[in-house]
Amino acid sequence: MILSRRSIILSGITVAAAGTLPVFAYAAAATPRRLVFIIQRGAADGLATVAPTGDPAFAAARRTLADETASGAKLDTMFTLHPALATTAGLYSGQQAHFAHAVATAYRDRSHFDGQNMLEGGGSRPYGRSDGWVGRLLTLLPTAERAAIAIAPAVPLALRGTVQVGTYAPSRLPQADGDLIAGLSALYAEDPLLHPLWDSAVKTQELAGDIGGNNGRNGADLGKLAASLMLPADGARVMMVETGGWDTHSGQRGRLNAQLRGLDQLIGALQSGLGPAWNDTLVIVATEFGRTVEVNGTGGTDHGTASTAMLLGGSLALGGKVSADWPGLTPAERLDGRDLRPTRSLESVIAAAVAHHYALDPKRVMTTLYPDA
Amino acid sequence: MAVQYLAANRFGLGRRFDDLAIGDPKMWLSRQLGDYDPAPAATAGLAGRATIATAYVEYREDRQAMRRAAAETPMSEEEKGMDPELRRLSRSAIRRHYVEATAARLTAAIATPTPFPERLVHFWANHFAVSADKQTVIGFVGNYENEAIRPHIMGKFSDLLVAAVKHPAMLLYLDQAQSFGPESPFATRVRNRGNRRSPGLNENLAREILELHTLGVRTVYTQADVTAFAKALTGLTVAGLGRGAGQRLMPSDAEPGATVFIAPLHEPGAQTLLGRRYGAAGAAQAEAILRDLAVHPATARHIATKLARHFTADDPPGALVDRLAADFLKTGGDLASLYRALIASPEPWVAAPTMFKSPWDWTVSMLRALKIPALGEKQNVAAMFTQLGQPIWRPGSPAGYDDKVATWAGSAGLMQRVELASRIAARIGDRVDPRQLAPLVLADALSPETGQAIARADSPGQGIAMLFASPMFLRR
Repeated sequence: MILSRRSIILSGITVAAAGTLPVFAYAAAATPRRLVFIIQRGAADGLATVAPTGDPAFAAARRTLADETASGAKLDTMFTLHPALATTAGLYSGQQAHFAHAVATAYRDRSHFDGQNMLEGGGSRPYGRSDGWVGRLLTLLPTAERAAIAIAPAVPLALRGTVQVGTYAPSRLPQADGDLIAGLSALYAEDPLLHPLWDSAVKTQELAGDIGGNNGRNGADLGKLAASLMLPADGARVMMVETGGWDTHSGQRGRLNAQLRGLDQLIGALQSGLGPAWNDTLVIVATEFGRTVEVNGTGGTDHGTASTAMLLGGSLALGGKVSADWPGLTPAERLDGRDLRPTRSLESVIAAAVAHHYALDPKRVMTTLYPDA
Repeated sequence: MAVQYLAANRFGLGRRFDDLAIGDPKMWLSRQLGDYDPAPAATAGLAGRATIATAYVEYREDRQAMRRAAAETPMSEEEKGMDPELRRLSRSAIRRHYVEATAARLTAAIATPTPFPERLVHFWANHFAVSADKQTVIGFVGNYENEAIRPHIMGKFSDLLVAAVKHPAMLLYLDQAQSFGPESPFATRVRNRGNRRSPGLNENLAREILELHTLGVRTVYTQADVTAFAKALTGLTVAGLGRGAGQRLMPSDAEPGATVFIAPLHEPGAQTLLGRRYGAAGAAQAEAILRDLAVHPATARHIATKLARHFTADDPPGALVDRLAADFLKTGGDLASLYRALIASPEPWVAAPTMFKSPWDWTVSMLRALKIPALGEKQNVAAMFTQLGQPIWRPGSPAGYDDKVATWAGSAGLMQRVELASRIAARIGDRVDPRQLAPLVLADALSPETGQAIARADSPGQGIAMLFASPMFLRR
């Protein structure tokens, strides 16, 4: 029942091509509900994604990046959506997008790996759990809705748990090159220069869904692939999609624009690929932490704390709204004088959205997804 | 000892599969010094300076018109991601001159029967680096390598220096065309008219000549030397670009794109540099300084160090640097003699290749091995090297590309090479047997492990990719 690790050519993927994949041996789902968790690895800048342009301290703090969002959609009197998120803006006006701002997990340091571990594991400290919140959620779902898959070379922590989960690994390399990579790993094993370089290159390639590349079309391809894996009656019902490249320490303007354009196309392709099933789909987009309020010396931002999470789909509780207990951006209002101060737990946002989506008891969802909270 | 591989890759640009055996590596290299052709066929059809200068002027003047036209012309997929300025540029003729020159450079590198001198062309073009970051420079960079560098790499260093400095690409890149003597007749006239913004000195070129091209950074020169040298260089400018204060003084018969000396822009009087007085008037003043700088002991040491590094290691052996510097001083900077001293030295001939090929070196050696004459469309060449992290003639700094292992040995770069090798190998398919190709290409550097890995590959294409990604082939 599990899709084994396979490589496909990401840029060439189509629904038709994906149709030749081994199919899930599940019975038709009792309900058509679907869940997609898109992780933004690298700390996505929530202050540029959903910019608090109505905050009087915003322009001064963001200096050269303050007009990054100038031409974006006005979400309300306070917030402006990044202009690269055009499809998402359309969803927002149709009550199919919700942004939760100034949110963070319980993690308060600024290491990517620890932060991602907390976001996925849902524990109260890094490496505190060996299973993840999605994996635990699966135990609450009817068998027919448990079919879960990650577009990743290995099962990510978020999906780990007692229910078995499939993976599917896209790669820009042709399929045969999985063997080439293995062959080169052996050939470089004794080489003191190449061994560590190659090790890191392979890991990066596995982790980073390069959605920003190829003018956003990589994002669209990924979204198409995800939809094609979820659309069939016996397809996956729960999916995790990996995206990387959010660590914009320098030259944020262009890089974040490309990233968000990729994300926007991913979301758009997912929506159009799922067709009517979109109405019963919940998409959660979240990152491990946010970025500094101030711009740094290289036109970028450094590791911060609170960020933005996105909820998307056809049946949201609070579509077309930005929810935030806004902490303000002046130095005194910031966390440690530098970061957007978190005023709400990301865990509670995720749990509430999931409980609404599956019509489950919110308390039970919270204690299952975040037992240490 | 991997002498065959080192001759072909450390000194040359990689072996083509059907090349004759190298035989005696030192003789093979020495012979190339005599056989060198400074005007290879691949560069023959490229545009001259006048055409390039005219293209730039048209680009600038038509910018408004192009802005309007761009709005009406449907964009290609590639253009959609560009910013508007780059898009206009990409449609212009100056960009086309760049694209054609990069393709010609690659073709020449693949076709050359004298790969050692061809490597030296690349070395010197990088030593006297110009960078296609400026709109004025983009069109000229290829012409610069072909007309200022290629003809002079076997002669005296002083001739190479003068040719590089006086080429429009260098004058424009390092702002010489906008530098005027503060007391020159022209500046004085502007001042007397009561114009507060009087044209003045720009030290950029003078400083970089001292710091990068000749003496070397933090050596014997002072800020006073930089200023004096900058004053001596005033008057040198480029004709036919139609802008800047000096243009009205341009001789009417000057060809567009030609380097000209305009006396009324030149700072009058003698200049003192490194304690020596230069009294000559006009253009002769800067030239006299350049020729003295070219044979200065600090220059000898600087050039010897860079050349030794390129053919040995990040920290070149002191004995080799000393030997090359001594030869440089003895011959007054005779470059062919310097190359012969390098070939004859023991230091480059180590047991195994230790330097990491630059993206350029690696790609050229791969294409040479397969004798692939070109890479599809001409514009692919520039784009590919940009992707690999070494855009052609665009190092982004007058210091050129750094020449060390750590500059190029990165994890993402390594993955990109593997991907490119895979793509090329996929195109070759089973038309080449990697088990036969490997001993030809890697020669005496072929290790049993690499040989086995290639033999065990599950397809010929994968074996070819394995060969080009092998630890030895990545090095030189």
